[in-house]
Amino acid sequence: MINNLTVSDSPHIHKQASISRIMWTVVISLIPAGIAGVIIFGWDALWVTLTTVVAAVLTELILGIWTKKKITILDGSAVITGILLAFNLPSGVPLWLPMVGAVFSIAIGKQVFGGLGQNIFNPALVGRVFLMASWPKYMTTFTQPFSYDAITSATPLAMLKAGKIMEHISYLDLFLGKHAGCIGEVCILALLIGAALLLIKGYISWHIPATYIFTTAVCTYIFGAAQLFRGDWLFHILSGGLILGAFFMATDYVATPLTAKGQLIFGMGCGLLTAVIRIWGGYPEGVAYAILMMNGATPFIDRYTKCRIYGSR
Amino acid sequence: MKDLIKEFAKGIIKENPTFVLALGLCPTLAVSVSVANAMGMGIAATFVLLGSSLIISLIRDFIPDKIRIPCYIVIIATFVTITELCMKAYSPALDRSLGIYVPLIVVNCIVLGRAEAFACKNNLARSFFDGLGMGLGFTLALILISAIREFLGSGQILGHTLVKGFEPVFVFGMPSGALLVIGLLLGLFNLLKDKRV
Repeated sequence: MINNLTVSDSPHIHKQASISRIMWTVVISLIPAGIAGVIIFGWDALWVTLTTVVAAVLTELILGIWTKKKITILDGSAVITGILLAFNLPSGVPLWLPMVGAVFSIAIGKQVFGGLGQNIFNPALVGRVFLMASWPKYMTTFTQPFSYDAITSATPLAMLKAGKIMEHISYLDLFLGKHAGCIGEVCILALLIGAALLLIKGYISWHIPATYIFTTAVCTYIFGAAQLFRGDWLFHILSGGLILGAFFMATDYVATPLTAKGQLIFGMGCGLLTAVIRIWGGYPEGVAYAILMMNGATPFIDRYTKCRIYGSR
Repeated sequence: MKDLIKEFAKGIIKENPTFVLALGLCPTLAVSVSVANAMGMGIAATFVLLGSSLIISLIRDFIPDKIRIPCYIVIIATFVTITELCMKAYSPALDRSLGIYVPLIVVNCIVLGRAEAFACKNNLARSFFDGLGMGLGFTLALILISAIREFLGSGQILGHTLVKGFEPVFVFGMPSGALLVIGLLLGLFNLLKDKRV
């Protein structure tokens, strides 16, 4: 009789949260930003998002069948990857581009390493960087908000890089998303609603987002302008993908450090790299590269921020 | 004779220098942007491999064990210099596009690896066929990688457009694309090897 009982590995504390429950909550928390994207950029944004989600789920399904592993499409992680990838794309891209990006995200960004839990890098960002390196023409053509007939426009950060003055963009416009950009990154208000849900549920902790945003603000305040301590830090927080990246992509469970101390280092590193790329780098925006670089550094951070075992020196 | 054919054939698939031994990856990454470059590099490396294997297997009894590596390098460097000067004279365009990677064949680990692992222990005929097989395997691997990269990265093979309306995937023309293609092909070779065993 006793032999029929299997004792699983510790911890034995039971919690309602499971992988799929957390993942679907994240999907729900991303919906406000998606709705905002559709309102701002029109139905194109919806088609791009649906394309990436369907392509991501199908890729996961096909690879699961091919490698004879457990089919993991229902846990929601592929859906999140799809949504996050779409949120990192301009709305006016031809639809084959998000499709290729989603297939690359899942196949190369995740399944090659062995699936969810083993990927070194955030899959959605892997897809975005791949698309950025492959088709920069499409990836940097942004639709002007509320134009609906695809008038192109530069993002605020690209304008800043080009040295143009943007007096016509107020902080409120930046906050509500009335400017050119990727589908999911423009409306800060909607992103914060989703992030609040995750924080209240306790599915993400404050460590990474807070240190990430704070470090970016400090660095851009000090070095963001020609003179020291004159940088427009609020502009840097509200523009580009910083909020989306800090709350939804830098908090990826798999590719970030485990301990609170490690997460603080991770957030600071992301903030520093983002500011460096934005101020001195070749690209106007550096959130994706910053997070990916710190993903790569995560094993080292984990090694040096191990918790002290109680009773050991 | 059968033995010699075996020595020749092993370099192409079973002990392919790039995909199975994972030797000489640096030039593989660097020159596999286009098929033309890959063929030039493959032929140059095969010539050096063949020449050095022959000479080393001929004088293997006279080389003192303690200084064998410097001796190998001198022999290899001689053949690399011949290759480089010939290339400069007869095909300056190829020489320009391969650049530093031709002189760097001196330190290509396939060449030194075969000298150390094979030519110094085997007779002339076997070393010759080993060098030929390894060189051919390296050349074929380079052509395979560069064909994939050139097609995806620029939509062309040897300068001919294959598919109209294909939007080139720039990343495959960059070093990161080379790493991706080589990694996936290495995985594929391992998969095939596992299947066969």
